[in-house]
Amino acid sequence: MKRQIPLFITFFVGALLIFSVFIPPMESAGENFTLFFDIIAVFAFFLGGGNLLRVHITKLKRRKQDWPFSIVTIAGFAFMLTVGIFKIGNPGGIAASVTADGSWFQEVFNYVLTPLQSTMYALLAFFVASASYRAFRAKNREATILLIAAFIILLGRTPFGLMVTSWVPESLSVLQIPNLAIWIMNSPNLAGQRAIIIGIGLGVVSMSLRLILGVERTYLGDDSG
Amino acid sequence: MANIGIIISLVIIFGGLLALLIRSVKSKEVDRRVIFLFIFVAVAAPILFPVTFSEKASPVVKAIFNKVESLPAGSKVLLSFDFDPAMAPEVQPMANAISRHCLYKGHKVIFMSLWATGQALLTQSLQDFILPGFPEKRNAVDWVNIGYKAGNEGVLNVIITDFRKMFPTDVNTVPLDSIKIFDDIKSCKDLDLVVSIGGGKPGPKEWILFVGDPGNVPIGVGTAAVVAPQLYPYYPAQVVGILGGVKGAAEYEYTLKETHSRFADMDTPGLRMMGPQTLAHVVIMSFIIIGNIIYIAGRRREKKRR
Amino acid sequence: MIIQKRNKITKVHWLLLLPLLICVSTPLVAAQSGTSANPFDTTLIVPDTAAVAAEPVTDLTVADHRYDHGEKLDLTWVPSADDPPVGGTVVGYRVYRIADGSEPVLVAELPPGTNHHTDEGTSADSSYVYFVTSVTTSAEYESARTEAIVPNVEWLNFDKKYLFLLALIVGGSVVIFIETARRGKKLFVRKIAGLEAVDDAVGRATEMGRPILFIPGILDMDDVQTLAGLTILGRISRVIADYDTRIFMPVSRSLVMTAGRETIKAAYQTAGRPDKYSDDMVTYVTDEQFGYVAAVDGIMVREKPATVFLLGAFFAESLILAETGNYIGAIQIAGTARPAQLPFFIAACDFTLIGEELFAASAYLSNEPKALGSLKGQDVGKAIAMAVIILGVVAVTIGEAWQVGIMNDLTDILRAIFSTM
Repeated sequence: MKRQIPLFITFFVGALLIFSVFIPPMESAGENFTLFFDIIAVFAFFLGGGNLLRVHITKLKRRKQDWPFSIVTIAGFAFMLTVGIFKIGNPGGIAASVTADGSWFQEVFNYVLTPLQSTMYALLAFFVASASYRAFRAKNREATILLIAAFIILLGRTPFGLMVTSWVPESLSVLQIPNLAIWIMNSPNLAGQRAIIIGIGLGVVSMSLRLILGVERTYLGDDSG
Repeated sequence: MANIGIIISLVIIFGGLLALLIRSVKSKEVDRRVIFLFIFVAVAAPILFPVTFSEKASPVVKAIFNKVESLPAGSKVLLSFDFDPAMAPEVQPMANAISRHCLYKGHKVIFMSLWATGQALLTQSLQDFILPGFPEKRNAVDWVNIGYKAGNEGVLNVIITDFRKMFPTDVNTVPLDSIKIFDDIKSCKDLDLVVSIGGGKPGPKEWILFVGDPGNVPIGVGTAAVVAPQLYPYYPAQVVGILGGVKGAAEYEYTLKETHSRFADMDTPGLRMMGPQTLAHVVIMSFIIIGNIIYIAGRRREKKRR
Repeated sequence: MIIQKRNKITKVHWLLLLPLLICVSTPLVAAQSGTSANPFDTTLIVPDTAAVAAEPVTDLTVADHRYDHGEKLDLTWVPSADDPPVGGTVVGYRVYRIADGSEPVLVAELPPGTNHHTDEGTSADSSYVYFVTSVTTSAEYESARTEAIVPNVEWLNFDKKYLFLLALIVGGSVVIFIETARRGKKLFVRKIAGLEAVDDAVGRATEMGRPILFIPGILDMDDVQTLAGLTILGRISRVIADYDTRIFMPVSRSLVMTAGRETIKAAYQTAGRPDKYSDDMVTYVTDEQFGYVAAVDGIMVREKPATVFLLGAFFAESLILAETGNYIGAIQIAGTARPAQLPFFIAACDFTLIGEELFAASAYLSNEPKALGSLKGQDVGKAIAMAVIILGVVAVTIGEAWQVGIMNDLTDILRAIFSTM
């Protein structure tokens, strides 16, 4: 029963959503189930949040390696939860929006979370450079073609691309670096993207059918599938 | 001062690259920390000593610019800020530029977000960058902020038929029925243009799939450079134009400045960021060349040893 | 009193209307209900002899909208004779609906030149009559009313027949090949380098005494990539349980944490080592994208896993994770169905599962006939896609270049079929 009920629910809901595409009175089923999932996921947060607290409190109690950082995690978690729920420091009081201007919640978002997110995102600039240095080597024919295409795109995304090939006559303007970069994006890249997207779409169909028909059950913790 | 600063920075960068190039012939690999240092200088120098370049709008950027230009005054345009602070540096310049363009053309602009973090960025954008340039524009008459709603594409599934079901009020809890802009808007199908700025999920792709295509609503997209290639298959049939990354933002800003003299003194973060992007790209290309020289020199050494 | 154009009243309109206002103000003041913020004001304006005249629309017909559940009706009409492209007196049209004999309700204001409208506010248990008015700057002129109509509920959307057919073919192929494989027929599946390396990668971690790190992406259980990642986790966990290797699985969604724990626990139980399983193998970090990435990077640098699996949906954080994994010297097997992130994984990881390979992985690793059969069924869909693409390209090229009629017809047929999907 522990396995049968989830499998039945998966089959029933999956089949329902497939047929709802073709049955007009059921067209809103998809959006309703999306909302149901969002509600369930919100309640499931208690599990995740509880686990987070348990792990870090245990680390703190047992003085495991790097336990001081767990204080930061727990303090941050507790602070934001308290300030958000009870609207502490909110100019409009408890009835106001949690993200009201001037509220502590919003200030922490603006001056702590936003800069931290931007910092992590900024790491990409450095990692792109190191990954490019390591990956774009002309080891074989395909790698050489990739290298040349990467060069053209990199140059085409800067004003230097136009400067370097401004001497090319208008009749051969497709050979100007920016135009070449646009052509690479619109033709070979587009063809490859479309092929990958078609493959992904069919892969999703196959995977979804396996899940709906119960052929694939490992995600349920059923190792017999 | 700025010129001297940028010249000194360029000398440091290219001098260092030359030294590494000479080392590379002996197939000595470059430590990744050295690469990080060069990138740091390449990005920091143009920020500290600003340098801007002129930009020529590519066809995909020109298309969305022309669409905004060609719509008659009073057209209904929806701008969706579907991004978080991490992506903001890349897409916020284009969001601000398009917002200003629409307000300048006299369009009725509806602002919203499908991301919780996007709403805060939207509010900040409106307060600090967009509305100060248009003091004559009135809330609920010329523009309105209807805020954020949870539900991802579920939100789009609803507003394609009825805005009020999902957004009964704006962010100031004023009912949509009392907002002049929404007098003859029932759903997204009554809009003249939707522009989605973002790159994650939900984002431009969801707007195309759930609003643009089924509702036959013109969609323009602004997105991070890395996501833009995914949206090219939809151009021009399902999207009117694509702004890709900082380059797209810079091209739009430059075209706006050149076309309308009102924006001659407009703040142009997109154009400003092209300086660091350009120099960083040059540094990356240099390291790719150095890496290939190291590889080829190493292979030759191996062959000689055999 | 003043008929508003759809968008706004300009200063020019005010100047033009001033003399008209003086002429028509007496009867109109009696009729009007004040300037309404809502132009869906249902007060009809009585034509006045001094008002700007226009012919009403003609041939107004109403028909049931196809393939809906009774909430739409389609209206068509011939525009007013006074609505030419230039110089006409018609400034727009208004559509009125009468439901079950009640008062007329304004349902749409349309610009001049319009000759159709779909009313989306109906229901299948009411009957409706419509009329359309030609609107000038001072009056409205009503058309003849339509016959009463009750919207139909259609239970099947035949506009999507081609989509249904394609779904039937592809889905049917998957089912047929699953059955064929179940009956013992051997099916050939090409080698996928990333999946061939899984056992070696786990073995490497065991030999080095270092843990395995499994990242199932950053989306929730409603995304099929996360499910694909978890099904692969199920296969890998069996090997991990057999080898008694440590595994860390930090997740960014609570439901994924629960599912991940169930998956690994089941694998340990099957391997006969339930006592070796611990809930701390799968921990929740945060829903926030870059907070999660920072935590995972920290785990990578501190714990130094020998093998890193990045299987699921990733966004901007893909390169940060992959580069950090490369920096610590781990062998990395990545897979995602997000095309934008594939280049980063290919550049930074040792093996990458591209798109559909991620979905095929669990079938490939299990080597079960039923699962492998589904891959063959997927290939039928691919064959159809390839055939249609080649046919379409040939048809468009020959049709455009040499104006061959039959090729243009074929192009139109293909467009008609695939535009309804």
